Amino acid sequence: MLSDKDRIFTNLYGTAPWNLKSARARGDWQGTAQLMAKGQDLIIDEIKESGLRGRGGAGFPTGLKWSFMPKDNGGQPAYLVVNADEGEPGTCKDRDIMRHDPHKLIEGSLLAAYAMRATAVYIYIRGEFSEEADILEAAIDEARAAGLLGPDACGSGYDCEIYVHRGAGAYICGEETALIESLEGKKGQPRLKPPFPALVGVYGRPTTVNNVESIAVVPTILRRGAGWFAGLGRTNNTGTKIFCISGHVNNPCNVEEEMGIPMKTLIERHAGGVRGGWENLKAVIPGGSSVPLLPKSICDTVCMDFDSLKDVHSGLGTAAVIVMDKSTDIIKAITRLSKFYAHESCGQCTPCREGTGWMWRVMERLVKGQAEIDEIDMLLDVSYQVEGHTICALGDAAAWPIQGLVRHFRDEIEHRILAFKSQVAAE
Amino acid sequence: MSVSITKANGFAFTEASKAQAEAHIAKYPAGRQTSAVMPLLTIAQEQNDGWLSQPCIEYVAGYLSMPPIRVHEVATFYTMYRLGPVGKQVIEVCTTTPCWLRGSDDIIEACEAELGIKVGQTTPDGQFTLLEVECAGACVNAPVCSIHKKYYEDLDAKSMRQIIKALRAGKTPKAGPQIKRQTSAPAGGLTTLKEIAPAEGRGA
Repeated sequence: MLSDKDRIFTNLYGTAPWNLKSARARGDWQGTAQLMAKGQDLIIDEIKESGLRGRGGAGFPTGLKWSFMPKDNGGQPAYLVVNADEGEPGTCKDRDIMRHDPHKLIEGSLLAAYAMRATAVYIYIRGEFSEEADILEAAIDEARAAGLLGPDACGSGYDCEIYVHRGAGAYICGEETALIESLEGKKGQPRLKPPFPALVGVYGRPTTVNNVESIAVVPTILRRGAGWFAGLGRTNNTGTKIFCISGHVNNPCNVEEEMGIPMKTLIERHAGGVRGGWENLKAVIPGGSSVPLLPKSICDTVCMDFDSLKDVHSGLGTAAVIVMDKSTDIIKAITRLSKFYAHESCGQCTPCREGTGWMWRVMERLVKGQAEIDEIDMLLDVSYQVEGHTICALGDAAAWPIQGLVRHFRDEIEHRILAFKSQVAAE
Repeated sequence: MSVSITKANGFAFTEASKAQAEAHIAKYPAGRQTSAVMPLLTIAQEQNDGWLSQPCIEYVAGYLSMPPIRVHEVATFYTMYRLGPVGKQVIEVCTTTPCWLRGSDDIIEACEAELGIKVGQTTPDGQFTLLEVECAGACVNAPVCSIHKKYYEDLDAKSMRQIIKALRAGKTPKAGPQIKRQTSAPAGGLTTLKEIAPAEGRGA
């Protein structure tokens, strides 16, 4: 079990003030100039060695991503964009970082921007997080007033400005190229890649988009060393992670734990266990709404990291653990996600625009059982036609929950169809 | 900025709104003022009783030297822009799966019963609009609703009705968790961060 001394987010619950004075007491902004003095390449190497993988869902190695940025921009701008458009159902960790520990994010932004030779940082925060954005802006002002940001940040000779950009309600803007479009003042419709943002991003300039948590852990990694972070968890799945445990547990909560903690331990130790006991568990969505659910038999033993969850055909995603007990109408639970994706599709690619709505409508019928048995395979087939055939991953994200449902609960769907048929026959 | 600002059919920023708008525009490089279209639409909406009329959209377009259709596209793409009049208080109840698992159906029912309207409607006195929204991003405090930039969390039918009653009486109900609980920490008591000295983590 992770001990408190190895926790990065020591003010996760906001028991202490978020302000600079309190943040400094927690160890933030200590020796930042010395960390910068290591030089850009050493910082990137350190992050590579730590094994940090992106905390926004895809799990791409953060240090490697940074190394894609050009080393010489010829005096032209380059950008770090922090993705704070948190909206993956089940996920609410970045919110806590921004409202309770904003200085971790700000210091991390400075260090990351410096390492990548960015000239400015934009933090794109979802519009609904109004109070969180206010706190973040106030914290940036504090840091600037203290000389930690702005011209000659921390006395390093490097100029860094951080701006908060508020979204206005669109899940798709969590996709990095949609976010860039939105930041430029357009509809949030994803761009085709390549070119990748590291070459052509915001205003056509090199840009790296990182999740809030990925950036906020950077100062602590640099202070305590890559070896410390890499020593937690296991190879390719290192470090600590904020887990969001929601749904049918006794005490839903956010908690920072070691990567690779067994799911059962995570739920029982921190969330007070499944409502009605572990035996009352039906299924868990382990990484936010986009990843396929897992039935209890797998939840009994699975560990919470990227590779363990991939091995059972699911994913760590954002580490948002949505727990469903035996009282859950599992078909309805997934149908609500289908509605979500149909609502949030940006409408650009036909398979997603048409497919998400089609899948949702079929799912609504499956909830009632008003369907034919072979429609289950047809639904699955359509989900595979959406998956991988769109510009961004929203199509995949809409397909996977349905595929997971059919994979593990096909019998339940069939029973409902048969029950509906016999009910109609009886009438 | 040297853009010509016309008064589009009766809508124009107040001086206060203008100051806010300029602060947003200053965040972006010269010539990239279109990046500020979202915050400017938000400012326009707040000034215009919570919704964006066609003149608002045209005014923002003029302010940023953008073709009105581009601003219209933005206004219709993002769900936080309202394209028709709304009540003074907009109650946005999250009903996505994590909230649904924790009883968001009861919350909707409580709102409908207390307000005497259905989702999507506004009370005849123009005080309340009830809306269903997609994931609000506070899932460990489900079910949640948001009212005028504040989140009300860990709701049940009773607390939801109390919140509406308080708003109706002109009071400001306490935001955040409606049960005894520290933000997103487990309600049963801390399982972590118990050993952190006050100076490091708590009570500083």
